[in-house]
Amino acid sequence: MVARGVIRFGSRPAIRAVAVAAGPTENKHSPFSLQFDRLYDSDLCGQKTNEQAHRKLIEDACGLALNKAGKTISDADYLVCGDLVNEMTPSNFAAATTGLPYVGLFSACATSTSALAYAALLSEAGASTLVLAGAASHHNAIERQFRYPIEYGFQKPQNAQWTVTAAGIAAVTPHEEGYPSIRQATIGRVVDYGLTDPLNMGAAMAPAAFDTFRRHLEAAGAEPEDYDVIITGDLGAIGTQLFRNMASESGYTVDGDRWRDAGKEFYGEDPSFFAGASGAGCSAAVYFSDVYNRMMEGEYRRALLMATGALLSPLSFQQGESIPCTCHAIELVMGEGESR
Amino acid sequence: MDRQAYSQMEQQVTPKVPLGLNLMKAFLTGGIICAIGEGVMYFYMYFFDFTERTAGNPTVATMIFIAMLLTGFGKYKRIAQFGGAGSAVPVTGFGNAMISAAIEHRTEGYVLGVGGNMFKLAGSVIVFGVFSAFVVALIKTILVKFGVVGW
Amino acid sequence: MMASFLIAFVVGGLFCVIGQLLFDVAKLSPGHTLCILVVSGAVLDGFGLYEPLIDFAGAGATIPITSFGNSLTHGALQEAEKHGLVGVITGMFEVTSSGISAAILFGFIASLLFRSKSRP
Repeated sequence: MVARGVIRFGSRPAIRAVAVAAGPTENKHSPFSLQFDRLYDSDLCGQKTNEQAHRKLIEDACGLALNKAGKTISDADYLVCGDLVNEMTPSNFAAATTGLPYVGLFSACATSTSALAYAALLSEAGASTLVLAGAASHHNAIERQFRYPIEYGFQKPQNAQWTVTAAGIAAVTPHEEGYPSIRQATIGRVVDYGLTDPLNMGAAMAPAAFDTFRRHLEAAGAEPEDYDVIITGDLGAIGTQLFRNMASESGYTVDGDRWRDAGKEFYGEDPSFFAGASGAGCSAAVYFSDVYNRMMEGEYRRALLMATGALLSPLSFQQGESIPCTCHAIELVMGEGESR
Repeated sequence: MDRQAYSQMEQQVTPKVPLGLNLMKAFLTGGIICAIGEGVMYFYMYFFDFTERTAGNPTVATMIFIAMLLTGFGKYKRIAQFGGAGSAVPVTGFGNAMISAAIEHRTEGYVLGVGGNMFKLAGSVIVFGVFSAFVVALIKTILVKFGVVGW
Repeated sequence: MMASFLIAFVVGGLFCVIGQLLFDVAKLSPGHTLCILVVSGAVLDGFGLYEPLIDFAGAGATIPITSFGNSLTHGALQEAEKHGLVGVITGMFEVTSSGISAAILFGFIASLLFRSKSRP
């Protein structure tokens, strides 16, 4: 054991392939859309309900990830994924379609990294040759559950965030040269600073991100400069600012391009999406497209993925509870990044 | 960093609500909706047999019909993003709350979905309206009975 | 006639300004705000103040949700005047049926015709 909640993977499981399926808003407004593997031109993705469309996105991403890895469904051993809908039915149905042994994970928007950690553990234990791991969200399905009907008119503040419609899946295998490998995972604690505004999730999640960040770096014996990228999940413009403030107040050097946030960048900082994107699919879609591709191209040698999640429910919010948050970190290394 | 220090920092970083601008936009939006309502009222007074007192009912129904079209075509949420309370306070906002919930829950069927969820947002307005009206009317009726006030 | 449009605009706008203050200053949700306004409408009619406002502002007073509270009280009081205490309960929806019936009707029709779409 390295430190409490920190896992060092001696076998360095690899991410063999990744795939992202996304909806029409992402197609039109996301600068990452060119790197997505399948884009739909309707919210319903040819299905009858939002929840079915949500399921379809997960199924597509699973199939595409296997294709890109040159594998078929019979090569896969497990599906580890989650979403935000009640009881995670979209993931459950997608798991039924794939027929794979399945673990549904709920870490809210931090599911992309908690799924990677789980998949890496399966691989490290020698229990699997290929795990499909990922997370998904669907704007319409999530908004109507957590907030209001889609067509209901209410004024969103500048700190609101837009739930993305996307699913991102990674194929995790035992170590293979030439692919990004998973070196360390830090399982997040649940941090609650007493914030209650569900339209300001970034601010609620930033302390959780900082907690995991500090623990991960201490366990790794690393400094922020050792990473080519430190990319949080969906803190958005406000949460990112707060996270950086916390880091620099604690003496870390916060500089330029190294510090990214998937949610802030997801819609190209377009003000009609307010503070940026959120949702379990947000971090999954960016990690499993842009970040992965940059690692494959050699631009990033060592990357720290920190997906953040707000673990509230509509019920807890209405009962006046605060928003408990978490953040799970995954450190990926590639080539010479290993020796750093 | 403790909770209190964080909460101070959070308040600094989170953008302030542009109150003056929001109030102006609410005034403008709500004003326009009511002016349209006035137009509809005149329409019913001139072309049908309604008086200033009775034209209110068909006017409200017509405004909710307009709200249905705007909601269905996805325009009402845009108006609301601009106008805030300006589009929520008029009866069109009440209509929008019911209509959007009905549209949203169509996928759960007409009985459990549409029927069961239509009042999800607007229901509390009806509950509090009816209960407060009951209390007010009860007090007034009792006061009149005891001759404290007249009708 | 132009004057009546202007009055409707200003009075209706002012109701919405109160609503926006409840949103932004009191930090209330739309649901809480609308409930407060409905209750105020009901109370104002108890003091006999809302009907004169309708005479003055027309749609400026009938379109905001406060008028819903007003008509509920108004219906209850009208019946109470005729039938005593029982009228308080039976008269409630006498005046205000159109808003709710229209919303139910058009809500149902909308669910047949439209689907929600996510657009920024």
